[in-house]
Amino acid sequence: MSSITTPIRLEFEVRAGRDLTRFLAGIAEGRFFGRRCPSCRKVYVPPRGGCPACAVAMAEEVAVADTGTVTTFCIVNVPFAGQAVKPPYAYAGVLLDGSDIPFAHLVYGLPVAEVRSGLRVRADWAAERRPTMETILGFRPTGEPDAPPSVWKAHV
Amino acid sequence: MRDVAVLSFAETPGGIRDADETEMLFEVIGAAIADSGLTRRQIGFTVSGSCDFVVGRPFSFVTALDAAGAWPPIAESHVEMDGAWALHEAWVHLQTGEVDAALIYAFGRSSLGPLRDVLTLQLDPYLVAPLRPDALAVARLQARALIDAGRAGEADFPGDDEPLAEDGAAAMVIAAGELAARGRAWIRGIDHRIEAQSLGARDLTRSPSTKQAAARAGAFARPVDHAELHTPFRHQGIILREALGLETAHTAAAPIMVAGLARVGHAARAILDGRAGRALAHATSGPCLQQNLVCVLEAA
Repeated sequence: MSSITTPIRLEFEVRAGRDLTRFLAGIAEGRFFGRRCPSCRKVYVPPRGGCPACAVAMAEEVAVADTGTVTTFCIVNVPFAGQAVKPPYAYAGVLLDGSDIPFAHLVYGLPVAEVRSGLRVRADWAAERRPTMETILGFRPTGEPDAPPSVWKAHV
Repeated sequence: MRDVAVLSFAETPGGIRDADETEMLFEVIGAAIADSGLTRRQIGFTVSGSCDFVVGRPFSFVTALDAAGAWPPIAESHVEMDGAWALHEAWVHLQTGEVDAALIYAFGRSSLGPLRDVLTLQLDPYLVAPLRPDALAVARLQARALIDAGRAGEADFPGDDEPLAEDGAAAMVIAAGELAARGRAWIRGIDHRIEAQSLGARDLTRSPSTKQAAARAGAFARPVDHAELHTPFRHQGIILREALGLETAHTAAAPIMVAGLARVGHAARAILDGRAGRALAHATSGPCLQQNLVCVLEAA
């Protein structure tokens, strides 16, 4: 005998913490919200238990726009198991207006070759809004002029 | 040996359900550091204990690092074990003289998954785990052996509500040298020993590894006036008290990955509060008390 097969199956519950629960409730209402670190003043979206850089608990709740700027991005050309979107597609860091930490999501509505740092985008909301990340389908260009590098350079 | 003091300890209250691991850890790490009187910059080593199988997510300990303040970069380590073993690693690190203070933390969210079946995966993967005895069944083998040996009664047989699934986190700060100047609870000895993985190769009614770890930690040199035992199942208190020569002890079963570190924390608190001059803490890991750690603490 050279091998044995012993199938294992365990089922787990995924339960968001306090901040993420609050964030997902906002998503169901079509709104983004973050939290500001009392020490470095940065706004995190989604909010987390605290600021990982300063290691202090977050305080103030901050409403954040559903528009933002592409910071960095990658074009996915390679198919893989479980892929939800047909390649090629763009996956980008989006710095929502009023936040300080980019938010990763799909960017579409333009040829992938035209996706670039500084591109201005707006969240594309699903018709049915539920407390899940799928309620944000992705981000589309707003048509505004590109944001200058001063906006996104620190995040590349 | 370098004298090492437990400066502070903090743990989440029981019954937490709504917090994720990072949120739990922000509370306890913040409290432990504040109570230690040290600054984060004075802490030269950070080590955590947790298990990805408990929460059902890979690299959960990396997410938890958010709460440790890992910027600028810190010297950090992790054990896939109860936080008591993280404490042991930190204590060894302090013995090297390279650092003078360490932060130890642990977390477990067993409410997310089937804890009884998760624990099955720590059994021998060829001959035992494929039979899928869950943690309760394995513990009942031990309890039955203890009852058959006349050392326990039917009332000690594990009930359907065991093992206890509870979420929680804990954090501790230890220090040596000048940073321990304020220290009032000192680790006099700490040691851990492990037994065979095969359940059939062991006398499940005895815990020679606990006895050996205790001896090497200096536990038998003088009596202790406070003892904290980690007993995932109630009947295990009988086995542990016998191995340690104790008539009474405080026991705790949960949270998994945290309870062992918390035993050391409670023993240290007994000293800090003036309730004890010499205390013993025990932590266990693995099925049927397979691996055991003993820590002896004293007031200055």
